[in-house]
Amino acid sequence: MSDVTRADVCAAAIADAFAEDGEIFGSPMGLLPMLGVRLARLTSNPDLVLSDGQSLFLGGVPPLGSTAEVVEGFVPFRQVFDIVAHGKRHVMMGATQVDRHGNQNISAIGPHERPKRQLLGSRGAPGNTVNNRTSYWVPKHSPRVFVEQVDVVSGVGPRRAREAGPAATKHHDIHRIVTNLAVFDVHGPDDTVRLLSIHPGVGPDEVVEATGFALEVPADVATTREPTTEELVLIREVLDPKGLRFNEVPEPDGEPA
Amino acid sequence: MSSRPRDKQMSIEEVVGSLESGMTVGIGGWGSRRKPMALVRALCNSDLTDLHVVSWGGPDVGLLARAGKIGKLTFAFVTLDTVPIEPNFARARQEGTIPDVEEWDEGMFLTGLRAASQRLPFLPMRAGLGSDVLVTNPGLRTISSPYPDDEGVHEEFVAVPALDLDVALVHLDRADPHGNAAYLGPDPYFDDLFAMAADRTYVSVEQVVDTAGLTAGPPPIPVQRLLLNRMLVDGVVETPRGGHFTMCTPDHERDERFQKAYAAAAKGTEEDWQAFHDRFLAGDEAAYQAAVTAFEEEQ
Repeated sequence: MSDVTRADVCAAAIADAFAEDGEIFGSPMGLLPMLGVRLARLTSNPDLVLSDGQSLFLGGVPPLGSTAEVVEGFVPFRQVFDIVAHGKRHVMMGATQVDRHGNQNISAIGPHERPKRQLLGSRGAPGNTVNNRTSYWVPKHSPRVFVEQVDVVSGVGPRRAREAGPAATKHHDIHRIVTNLAVFDVHGPDDTVRLLSIHPGVGPDEVVEATGFALEVPADVATTREPTTEELVLIREVLDPKGLRFNEVPEPDGEPA
Repeated sequence: MSSRPRDKQMSIEEVVGSLESGMTVGIGGWGSRRKPMALVRALCNSDLTDLHVVSWGGPDVGLLARAGKIGKLTFAFVTLDTVPIEPNFARARQEGTIPDVEEWDEGMFLTGLRAASQRLPFLPMRAGLGSDVLVTNPGLRTISSPYPDDEGVHEEFVAVPALDLDVALVHLDRADPHGNAAYLGPDPYFDDLFAMAADRTYVSVEQVVDTAGLTAGPPPIPVQRLLLNRMLVDGVVETPRGGHFTMCTPDHERDERFQKAYAAAAKGTEEDWQAFHDRFLAGDEAAYQAAVTAFEEEQ
């Protein structure tokens, strides 16, 4: 299909992040992660466990904005923390900042004692990153997000985990960073952010310019795969017929949406 | 002598009147969900100062911050859910008007409440290791496991201190006059743990019923929904729509229109806030509810 959109590519890339997880709790924060996780559940990983984001495990895979008629469990917030500690969970969080060392910030911009801009607070990021598999989703890849050093370390990158000792590294597993431009992991030199693939239609220079730290681009960088026909049908007709994904990832200028 | 347990019904004013400045106050609910808003509004209008607020924060934290009531805040997030950033809280942080701020991981709250509820000084967990939670809270300690792991390593964990509360304020759907209380919505949150972590617990409810009515309904209420037992409760306040504007399903959903108006006023100028405050918050709970009804009627 030639009319594959950037949002479709992102959804498939997010789904791929959950493909190998097996029977664990796939926990998305934000719209595209929710779409990607549901897509994974319908394709590569039917064992994935989904919730309504409130207190129910869903038996079915409803479209965005709906909850399933079939319920397969009860997962109030207190149990989420137990699952985090138990480890059978892969969370994909947002990130206001990510640095070269894979540290993430959702707490505050500027000094913590008196922030220039107060954000949500670190929420569960400190616990997630030392307990269960954690990925990040960044819908607007820019030098303001990808910074040399985050202002507050909410989610812990590999080096900080290592420095904190075995209790922090034992279950530390930053898996993927998916953005509207590319896909990364944190297995570059000295466990830094590494480019894995660039989305179709994006140039390497665009990714480098949008990244606020020196990003190594290998000579033969891969292109993020396009979704299959089956996946496109699922995205367009089953999971997101209203096109909510375009609110988060609009088409780049000049391309059809 | 009566064969019944004590009647613990109180007024909002009696609850607030029993509190003292400087107390550590745990507030139940989660974000903009099932918050004891009637009690919070009364706290804002009281003479109390320098409160240490412990909360999975929503508009409770925003309102108390804006009213200048918070001497210390222990939080992991403050959000209105559908409005991600709580504007009154953000303003207070950016203006530096909360003297003492402890930002924790949100799972640490559960561990801290569990420690307090079990009368332990701390419990170990991994959350916080490597993050700025340990940097911005220099008082937090780590502890070495006395037991080696499979590789012979003694892991070093965060020793989460007990969140010992002077008082817990929670809001549920139903209670009897003795303090047995049920939640009817999707999630119990941690209100029972707040109660167990506190010296005193006050529960406000949408409706007080007799003990039989707690499970009789209509519709019948499963016993699993009885979250609080009267052993844990010191006072019961009946305050219909007392969770407004937060979500208190099924008694009332979150009032999104009102929440938007709240957020806009909080984000606006001093005059915007003053106007909102004068219209909705200056009087007692009855005045608030009347103003909300008028607000709804003009929409």
